[in-house]
Amino acid sequence: MKARRSLAERLVLGAPWAWLIVFFLIPFLIVVKISLSEAALAQPPYKPVFDLGDGWEALSKLGELSLSAYAGLADDWLYAQAYLSSLRLAFVSTLCTLALAYPLAYAMARAPLRLRPILVTLAVAPFWTSFLIRVYAWITILRDEGLLNHALLWLGLIAEPLHIFASDAAVVIGIVYSYLPFMVLPLYNAIARQPPELLEAAADLGASPTAAFWRVTVPLSMPGVLAGCLLVFIPAIGEFVIPDLLGGSDTLMIGRTLWVEFFDNRDWPAASAVAVVLLALLLGPMALYERSQMAEAGS
Amino acid sequence: MSAAPLIALENVTKRYGAVTAVDDVSLEIGAGEFFALLGPSGCGKTSLMRLIAGFETPDAGRILIDGQDMAHMPPHARPVNMMFQSYALFPHMSVARNIGFGLVQAGMPRAMIEARVQELLRLVQLEGLGARRPDQLSGGQKQRVALARALARKPRLVLLDEPLGALDRKLREETQFELMRLQRELGAAFMLVTHDQDEAMVMAQRIGVMQAGRIVQAGTARDIYERPASRFVAGFIGEANIFEGVVERVEAGLCSVRLKSGALVETSCPCASGQSVTIAVRPERMLLELMHDDGAANLAGVLLDSAYRGDRQTAQVRLDDGAIVRVARSGFEAASSPERGAKVSLSFAPQAAWVLPE
Repeated sequence: MKARRSLAERLVLGAPWAWLIVFFLIPFLIVVKISLSEAALAQPPYKPVFDLGDGWEALSKLGELSLSAYAGLADDWLYAQAYLSSLRLAFVSTLCTLALAYPLAYAMARAPLRLRPILVTLAVAPFWTSFLIRVYAWITILRDEGLLNHALLWLGLIAEPLHIFASDAAVVIGIVYSYLPFMVLPLYNAIARQPPELLEAAADLGASPTAAFWRVTVPLSMPGVLAGCLLVFIPAIGEFVIPDLLGGSDTLMIGRTLWVEFFDNRDWPAASAVAVVLLALLLGPMALYERSQMAEAGS
Repeated sequence: MSAAPLIALENVTKRYGAVTAVDDVSLEIGAGEFFALLGPSGCGKTSLMRLIAGFETPDAGRILIDGQDMAHMPPHARPVNMMFQSYALFPHMSVARNIGFGLVQAGMPRAMIEARVQELLRLVQLEGLGARRPDQLSGGQKQRVALARALARKPRLVLLDEPLGALDRKLREETQFELMRLQRELGAAFMLVTHDQDEAMVMAQRIGVMQAGRIVQAGTARDIYERPASRFVAGFIGEANIFEGVVERVEAGLCSVRLKSGALVETSCPCASGQSVTIAVRPERMLLELMHDDGAANLAGVLLDSAYRGDRQTAQVRLDDGAIVRVARSGFEAASSPERGAKVSLSFAPQAAWVLPE
């Protein structure tokens, strides 16, 4: 027997749905529709255009929709390369972020209890400054005559400046820096909540601190590792600002390809198709993330 | 105890800030002995156990295992294993891998580990549950896994921190006898930490009573119950009626003690004339009689309350000087009992009066 919900209850429960429909589902359907259109020298720059004023007449134009934009993606190797290159850069960046974040999160989780809230605040402190400004700042650091090269030259570690800026390496550095908090926080959670007596039990059973780390701490933090990796990997694939500001002319990332199609080539159908395929690619990792979160909530 | 003890604590002290958790404790435990550390919560018994396991370092004193100083020996290198109060099972491992954890760490070949784990599962009666995860087990099953894991490496000393605390009463009693059987079969020394005097008395060959960081008495259950070293021990293990007085005269091994209330009682404990003494008498050794009209009893009082508890009957009597005395006798004997408010007289045999040596 289901109790009837009151009007107020239905409004509250319906609000998130309304939000998702208006700001996500409808725009997405529009993007899908544009991806099925053809580029045209017109305003808007594609056809057919469904005009609500046409009423049912508009449906007759459905036959004009085509998969030609997708065919274009399949024909040109450049797109596939851009996707693969994005996946590769996102993958490398995720691994580097994990390598940097794990010791950080571990140190935070093992810090005295009264210090931990301060450390968590510090970990998210970069968010207080605009993301764009922080990425710009990396240009001054990584340039050939930038801070990093100056410091390394002064220390005598290198004889001539490293060309990091405008390369894939700079993009990886930018992604690692920008997404670090998204990795640190789930890791910190996963490590901090492990009962300390588990490590004592491991030590009691003959495990040195190193062995206990690898046999107890690391396996128990895997849900955090998975969540952190997906939180970095998923947005990193579609990243546009970082490759645009720090990458070189040969840095190929799908976010940039999308920009070029949309603004430079004014090929809206191609840009939309790129976006739809990107979303399809991300469904796998996103489903994985959802599942890991559900499993977390269940345990 | 035979020649060299398995564990020897020499003047061990442990402080946390201003609190002295373990205060100058010296103790020896023999190989194969079942020893219980008994005390109220906060008395330092768990700290003492953690010092032996190596999770804490003493501020003073030495801990020797097999004659070897453990001062710089980290927990993972000590020949003792502990069963944690919370069980501390690894949630990401199956029961079998939990039990085998210490064997993997010892570098035992895989086939041997599997055989040993099966043997341990049989020992704790969990055959067939090796593939389960800890969160799929009942409290009693978790307790057995924790025990099997602590026994896997065949330690010479097993530390048990309130091992039965999380079990319900019936399961607890069954498990007590099972632990005793295991300890006899394995021949390892067991050190049990508990606040439950019954548990300690049932299981242990020797009991150390702890109070405020010190071991105030160590001995068999009988020693501690019949000859308590202090008022605290007398009150913590069982119940005791305490009387204070002065020895008036000593005659043929019997001391006559004049209590503060004016009553005169006798004890067979050795005393000196004129000595101030504190006498402890167990409730079941008090004799209670209805007082007849002449009213010349030594310890006279009024029956406050009595309760039939199946195996025994207990009563509270308020003496004329206001002191409350507890009396117990077997429930079987107590077919009839005086009514509440009745005037009664109490007495005890000289052998029942134990003079506390403090």
